[in-house]
Amino acid sequence: MAGFNKVVHSYEDAMAGLQDGMTVIAGGFGLCGIPEGLIAQIKKMQTKDLTVVSNNCGVDGFGLGILLEDRQIKKMVASYVGENALFEKQLLSGELEVELTPQGTLAEKMRAGGAGIPAFFTATGYGTPVAEGKETREINGRNYVLEESITGDFAIVRAWKADRYGNLVFRHTSMNFNPMAATAGKITVAEVEEIVEPGELEPSQIHTPGIYVQRVIKGNFEKRIERRMVRQG
Amino acid sequence: MALSREQVAMRVAQELQDGYYVNLGIGIPTLVANYVPAGIEVMLQSENGLLGMGPYPTEDEIDADMINAGKETVTAIKGAAIFSSAESFAMIRGGHVDLTVLGAFEVDQNGNIASWMIPGKLVKGMGGAMDLVAGAQNIVVTMTHADKYGNSKLLTDCTLPLTGVGCVKKIVTDLAVLEVRNGAFHLLERAPGISVEEIQQKTAGKLVINGDVPEMVFN
Repeated sequence: MAGFNKVVHSYEDAMAGLQDGMTVIAGGFGLCGIPEGLIAQIKKMQTKDLTVVSNNCGVDGFGLGILLEDRQIKKMVASYVGENALFEKQLLSGELEVELTPQGTLAEKMRAGGAGIPAFFTATGYGTPVAEGKETREINGRNYVLEESITGDFAIVRAWKADRYGNLVFRHTSMNFNPMAATAGKITVAEVEEIVEPGELEPSQIHTPGIYVQRVIKGNFEKRIERRMVRQG
Repeated sequence: MALSREQVAMRVAQELQDGYYVNLGIGIPTLVANYVPAGIEVMLQSENGLLGMGPYPTEDEIDADMINAGKETVTAIKGAAIFSSAESFAMIRGGHVDLTVLGAFEVDQNGNIASWMIPGKLVKGMGGAMDLVAGAQNIVVTMTHADKYGNSKLLTDCTLPLTGVGCVKKIVTDLAVLEVRNGAFHLLERAPGISVEEIQQKTAGKLVINGDVPEMVFN
């Protein structure tokens, strides 16, 4: 049974094996649904030359943004990176390489990577700079771009609830990229709000089956809000 | 008078039909949600994984795990669905979203759109815009007809890097409503008090004018 107990009790154990030059896929959309403690652990480990694949790169001082402070990221694959002054500085100085990828293509690259599909055709980006240097094909009268899938040495995700088998349930829109990221890591680490007993999660309501998840750790989350909008009640 | 941002949104809202699934971009497109015509029901899709987006939350309702694609706190209506980004873009790419409304820097007479990158300026990324323009059944672009120096944004050929090719069907500017078809902009409506001549003068691409062009009607 120990083989199925994926719960670890320290961030050191959660990220053990991460090395310089590895590719890390991170779930989250903006600051929503990010594995805060796992990112902090990568910062603590001072791992360098990382390729990070995530929709965004956090903000100055929070989320993936903290990995820029000591230049731990060599290359960022993302769809939108406009929230971060340090990011801009390192990009303009040439210290940081960026591969801008359409959001839906990025999600599908992760999904395909986890599903054993090496590449797929999409109409997204055809005729734009995104398609430059890529194979294109006309299928039934429409033009498509061949996009290669992505896998990571590590995937780090945030979930709401997990059991020790690694089954995951996400909360509201903090789901976003997390389910696909979880499938695409050789080692997938889930930082979760709550660990429940096996059987407490309704089997048909599980978002990410435990087979994709190698490690689970209970985290504490700040859950910072990027744009706080309120209507008068 | 050129239309205000709110008036552009009001005119775009007239494009909504009962039962439409709609994705609204950031800026003027977001305002369209405020002018959904009485008696019709539309479902707003937010590409971070929400179908059935509601208004901003009250102070009591704020939840960091509940945001829209603009990273703003938001609510879900009764009957909403929440799903992953891959599912969200399956909906978009698969042509299940009836209407996408988004802004642009330039549009050309062949329906090409440039909305994400100005060379020489910082490039922040395309987000979901390339997927949205490639996938929606119907795309309406909102923009000012000309830039602040009076240069047309409705061109023969886009000069900026493209977001998508041959995808724009309709444009609502501060001066006019135009349809893009057969390699030309077809003038459908004028903003109240704006002359056909002014629209012609501010449209660099091929403009087709058929008979008397009516003024927009706002209820």
